Amino acid sequence: MYPQEFFFTRDHEWVKVEGEIATVGITDFAQKQLGDVVYIELPAIGTVLTVHQTVGAIESVKAVSDVFSPLSGEVLEVNSALNDSPELVNQDPHGQGWIVRLKVKNKEELNQLMTASEYEKYVESLEV
Amino acid sequence: MKRTRFFEAHRHASAKFIEFFGWEMPLEYSGIMSEHLAVRERAGLFDVSHMGEIIIKGPDALAFVQYLTPNDASRLTPGQAQYTALTTPQGTFVDDMLVYCLDNDRYLLVVNAANTDKDYNWVLSQKAKFDVVIDNASDRTSQLALQGPRAQEILQPLTDLKLEEINSFCWLKGTIAGIDCLVSRTGYTGEDGFEIYTEAPDPIAIWDAIMEEGKKYDLLPVGLGARDSLRLEAKLMLYGNDIDETTTVLEADLKWIVKFKKGEFIGREALLRQLEAGLKRKIAGFELIDRGIARRHYPVYYRGEKVSEVTSGTFSPFLKKSIGLTYLPLEATEIGTEIEIGIREKKVKAKVIPTPFYKRAK
Repeated sequence: MYPQEFFFTRDHEWVKVEGEIATVGITDFAQKQLGDVVYIELPAIGTVLTVHQTVGAIESVKAVSDVFSPLSGEVLEVNSALNDSPELVNQDPHGQGWIVRLKVKNKEELNQLMTASEYEKYVESLEV
Repeated sequence: MKRTRFFEAHRHASAKFIEFFGWEMPLEYSGIMSEHLAVRERAGLFDVSHMGEIIIKGPDALAFVQYLTPNDASRLTPGQAQYTALTTPQGTFVDDMLVYCLDNDRYLLVVNAANTDKDYNWVLSQKAKFDVVIDNASDRTSQLALQGPRAQEILQPLTDLKLEEINSFCWLKGTIAGIDCLVSRTGYTGEDGFEIYTEAPDPIAIWDAIMEEGKKYDLLPVGLGARDSLRLEAKLMLYGNDIDETTTVLEADLKWIVKFKKGEFIGREALLRQLEAGLKRKIAGFELIDRGIARRHYPVYYRGEKVSEVTSGTFSPFLKKSIGLTYLPLEATEIGTEIEIGIREKKVKAKVIPTPFYKRAK
């Protein structure tokens, strides 16, 4: 259900690391909780983030949800397609709904995150 | 949490529930966007049984309603209703509501769910000089709202009433799916539609019949999420957000429900004085110029100074832009005035625009 190569936070962000580059988004569980996404605030390219720092905000008709960075790093790329099509976050949260790409500072921070199966168990416990 | 008599229908329709002032209510079913658009384009069915119903009965019923409210209830004949308020001596809101003339000596107040107990106690506290009996019918009354351009076509086959005979803000008693109801052409969405009241202990057949008949029109069940976005587009007030015991009826831009000439009512003095002195502030609608979404409690700046907070705000699903309401100094309520909304650490440009934001085409 959740991509095996991803890592996950308790705030429902996912991160995929390829070499020095980390791609970040929110999970399918998160997009379901949020409802129809209508607006996303993206950070500026070059922004230096520490782990847990707010990356941006995702808004539905009803609510605002902060996105927290799973890792420390520098923003290399943002998914500007989300400006015109915020619904991509709902439709393809693990793929086309990605939010930012970071240059990873310290890969050891991945040890703080959950694996796909750990995240699945975590989500199950929340749904009870 | 309390549940309405339609709870099982919501579960069956896979509703996402939230707690709303002690009630377990559907927030959404298929999603706020699709539900909102369904009401504008076709029709939607709402369970609003959590709202309150207070019946005033007796020889002084009209006199009492006249005393409690700013609008002129003497203009109502049985079969009519009007939008009005319960006012404080300061001319501010205990609640906003509809009053239905059931009979010459019987009036029905339909009030917000959040205020039912407060309103009932308020009415009791004011009734000493009037020969009336107050009946809190909220627990035994269920209410549905069927709203949208297809509402009448969907409801007509299910009722013995001739719906085209019910004009706006009028009502008739009849049956729906064989169950006794009061049906009014009223609503909280800015669309044509009906509100359906019943005291039947088991009214689920009404919901099921409407949903079944509505299938060919793609009728959707609609939750509180879209109820809020729909009413905001239509610039209808939400108690607790846009109006409360600190805002006067005039400041809320509701002068049209104040009939000074009808006689004494609670708050008349204060409102008259405010009218004569001139308003210092008034509610205004705005849209964002730059990107973002304005939400309740975000600070509002005029000429660099914080003047108020957003009372209601959202991304409008139908208009596809960010809209909101706020109280502004009178001079700033002029259309086109630029203001700023504080969204997180930024000040986002906005401007005052005419309301309602959405008005259905005739």
